[in-house]
Amino acid sequence: MRPGEAAAPDRDFVLRMHRTMLRIRIAEEQIADLVEAGEVKCPCHLYIGQEGIAAGACAALRRNDYVWGGHRSHGHYLAKGGDMKGMMAEVFGKATGCSSGRGGSMHLFAPEVGILGTVPLVAATIPLAVGSALASKVSGDGKVSVSFFGDGATEEGHFHESVNLAAVYKLPVLFVCENNFYSSHLGLLERRAADNIFKAGEAHGVPGLAIDGNDAIGVHRAAEEAVRRARRGEGPTLLECRTYRWRGHVGPSWDTDVGVKRKDELKDWLPKDPVARSASWLLERGVAKAALDALEREVRAEVEEAVAFARASPYPGEEELCTHVFHGENGGA
Amino acid sequence: MPVKAPSDQVTYLEAISRALRDAMREDPSVFLLGQDVAAYGGAFKVTAGMLEDFGPERVMNTPISESGAIGVAVGAALLGRRPVVEMQFADFISCGFNQIVNVAAKMFWRTGRPVPLVIRCPAGGGAGAGAFHSQCVEAWFLHTPGLKVVAPAFPRDAYWLLRAAIRDPDPVLYFEHKQLYRRVKAPASAVFDAGGGSDGRDGHGAGGGGAAGPPPRIGQAATLREGEHVTVISYGWTAHHALEAAEKVAAEGISVEVLDLRTLAPLDEEAVLRAARKTGRVLIAHEACLSGGFGGELAARIAEKAFEHLDAPVRRLAYPDIPVPYHRALEAACLPSAEKIAQVVRELRGW
Repeated sequence: MRPGEAAAPDRDFVLRMHRTMLRIRIAEEQIADLVEAGEVKCPCHLYIGQEGIAAGACAALRRNDYVWGGHRSHGHYLAKGGDMKGMMAEVFGKATGCSSGRGGSMHLFAPEVGILGTVPLVAATIPLAVGSALASKVSGDGKVSVSFFGDGATEEGHFHESVNLAAVYKLPVLFVCENNFYSSHLGLLERRAADNIFKAGEAHGVPGLAIDGNDAIGVHRAAEEAVRRARRGEGPTLLECRTYRWRGHVGPSWDTDVGVKRKDELKDWLPKDPVARSASWLLERGVAKAALDALEREVRAEVEEAVAFARASPYPGEEELCTHVFHGENGGA
Repeated sequence: MPVKAPSDQVTYLEAISRALRDAMREDPSVFLLGQDVAAYGGAFKVTAGMLEDFGPERVMNTPISESGAIGVAVGAALLGRRPVVEMQFADFISCGFNQIVNVAAKMFWRTGRPVPLVIRCPAGGGAGAGAFHSQCVEAWFLHTPGLKVVAPAFPRDAYWLLRAAIRDPDPVLYFEHKQLYRRVKAPASAVFDAGGGSDGRDGHGAGGGGAAGPPPRIGQAATLREGEHVTVISYGWTAHHALEAAEKVAAEGISVEVLDLRTLAPLDEEAVLRAARKTGRVLIAHEACLSGGFGGELAARIAEKAFEHLDAPVRRLAYPDIPVPYHRALEAACLPSAEKIAQVVRELRGW
């Protein structure tokens, strides 16, 4: 792909991606505060710093395309169009949550906008994305499936098995690796001999591309091309989006648990903030500062409303305990 | 570093940690591997400080590749090394299932070569951690010949059963309940005593293993409390609930015998049948799900071999057959508790 040839992005389009990133950032900062305050007890894996990937990739999708995620998927859920209130209520464990309070932060689900689910077993949903793509190919519905996963997932056998299957079946699937350089607390080169995730695509006969994950515009451009290939029936693409996790593996801390080296790296990554980057892009192209401020206020209000909704919602009743174990008749729960 | 208990008290977690260290000191073929077990010290800090003490060749990080890590461990064990693999959570062992049930478990039978492998599995709920970080999955492996399965409830058992597991020539799955890690303590003198000293049980809290004597071995149950009217058979965290329940109903004049299995495979069947025959009224309590849970197997064996001694149907108290709910109130509704056990004991007594 030759990015130089891409058309200049439309200002309103970038503004929409910017809004998506703001929704993720502000919602997660709010969740971080709630966890710190002890109001939210759920283990929350924050996406702060990585927003450019979800915003850019999902901007290349249609509403009914499929998205799969993992334990760090608030961003995927929101970028694909998941409801803010449903997510916040789920984090609170409330009956009004997007998984009816049965899952929590790591179990987000919104089939009405194509979010078929997040599962916190690393790499567990990669084959599921291949499965939904297979269903699309068989039914000819023209949909694309996107699997979001971290760099750690590429060390699971699931990943390689899945990429191979998608390649051999030429399925309309997009593998989006969010390389934030850490798998829990282990740095990339503590776990693999080379920093070359994108090349795993080539090994499986799939085009692989390493791109700047903090540049939503660039991610969108690459994802759009990959989605086009998928819809044309040319098979999967692997995008390695390079980014950085600002907070801890889990929870709101600024990752002090990993030590000095990690903190030094963070200092270099903070200026590459994907949200600030799109704001600058917009300001340089004549969007008024006042308009961006107003957008931020609007998103803050949405998040506050969602938190209020979550707080006011009831917990699932005990009578619900056994009612969703099987689709048909319940076993002897 | 692990949270230190005050004075000479040893937590369940420290007992596990000490067992690893002592085994590594004693036998240079013992090594640890798992995700983040080195500098980070493991998901629950069981291996904290071991990298410094034993070096990176014996305390090895793996990528998040359970199947790969367990496969590497099986290969090393076949060549005479003694790997101890840490799962971050017992739930994640599903990713390495094939290496355990199809490779490790059948290796000796097929080749005559032992697989001295230990897989440590932090298990159990009670922390509001949801469906993938709370399960008791021991039954998955109890259906697989070739595997040994232990689930200690007290620091002394935790220490000595891990030492025994590491020395064992067969693959051993070692289930450590996360609720016991920092909550259950015992005096160091009792925990590490290799025999002859006090039983170290310190009320309900410590040694297990019955009377003072030699350290527990794999395959030995322990009578935690003698009783006349009803027998409760349990293991892991639930054994603590059983003791508490026995105390509760003692005030009502019901005398309860409590048996802690400690090892699930190979089963101490003799102890199970003895405890069942003694009272004729049996409750089996565990945190794992009801259907296909180990309670069913125990009930069947008691029915087959001690039927003429029974005065009431064998009862089971287990997790309902549902995934672990995320919300704490719902989870609490599902977990076994002293009160739930006491209630079934009363029903059995009244039969």
